Amino acid sequence: MSQAMSEIKFSIYRYNPSIDAKPYMQDLSLSIEQGTDLMVLGALKKLKELDETLTFRHSCGEGVCGSDAVNVNGKNRLCCITSVSELTQPIVLRPLPSLPVIRDLVVDMTQFYQQYEKVEPYLQNDTPAPAIERLQSPEDRAKLDGLYECILCACCTTACPSYWWNPDKFVGPAALLQASRFISDSRDTAKSKRLTDLEDAYSLYRCRSIMNCADVCPKGLNPTQAIAHIRTEMIKEGV
Amino acid sequence: MVKSVLAFGQNGVSDWLWQRISAVILALYFSFIFVYIVLHPGLDYAMWQALFHHTAMRIFTLLALLGLVIHSWIGIWTVITDYIKCFCLRLFLQIVIVLALVVYLFWGIQILWGV
Repeated sequence: MSQAMSEIKFSIYRYNPSIDAKPYMQDLSLSIEQGTDLMVLGALKKLKELDETLTFRHSCGEGVCGSDAVNVNGKNRLCCITSVSELTQPIVLRPLPSLPVIRDLVVDMTQFYQQYEKVEPYLQNDTPAPAIERLQSPEDRAKLDGLYECILCACCTTACPSYWWNPDKFVGPAALLQASRFISDSRDTAKSKRLTDLEDAYSLYRCRSIMNCADVCPKGLNPTQAIAHIRTEMIKEGV
Repeated sequence: MVKSVLAFGQNGVSDWLWQRISAVILALYFSFIFVYIVLHPGLDYAMWQALFHHTAMRIFTLLALLGLVIHSWIGIWTVITDYIKCFCLRLFLQIVIVLALVVYLFWGIQILWGV
């Protein structure tokens, strides 16, 4: 007995710069057994079996690596943890906004990583290293919760209008969340320098608290709150 | 990063703080004016002049004028640097707006002390 099938409609951004003069939206559909569900990433893999030129990034497939961030129905999400059943059809898939497109859903993340580098996202401590390790109290460790979990998928930064207007100067919510993570770390001694590096009118202060970052974060983090925390620390230091 | 030469403050922190301070002053001032008008239904020129004759009211109004200049300087500078990419137009608009705001301030002071 054959299973009843249901059809899922997609509209997918296609662009291969070596062939296409300009990007276009391609309508595709997929049949799945009625009553079953799958993630958008699963659907993309099945669509790739039908058209092997369809290009997208993916790796862990369970929301940990952050490789498969895509704009789904107008909102940046991770394909691997977004189920098809929760979306209205046709499911519109576009590359992350504002970053240069390499091909189809694959974007060039160079500028995003350059902004990440700017905040020096590693522990800095100029005191002599202890024999075993730098200890941290459970209370101080708790201050890093909500900051360290970022997987650098770029959903937040590419959803931020301030980043769209000034991607070269505004470091963006993802990098600022990381800045906040090290500013909050009791073992880091570069807090003052970190704050000074961000005090100009663009690096941090282009944030206008639009909160798209917090809205889209697939890990449920709140970069706007992290940015507000950095501002408070700056004012405490500067007044 | 090169300093933003036509911005109001020295850096983002001071602009951010001044924008909030000026917002509070403006909110207090316009709330006061609104309440005053509501409480004085038959408001005439003599009462209005008497109100602005008080030194306290003049200082409050001067603060509100300063607040307005600072608030618009920071706000408009931000909007211009977000949306106007052409260097010549950006420079022209920034200069015109800053000069206009300074003129409004001195003109406002002249009106205020002329009452």
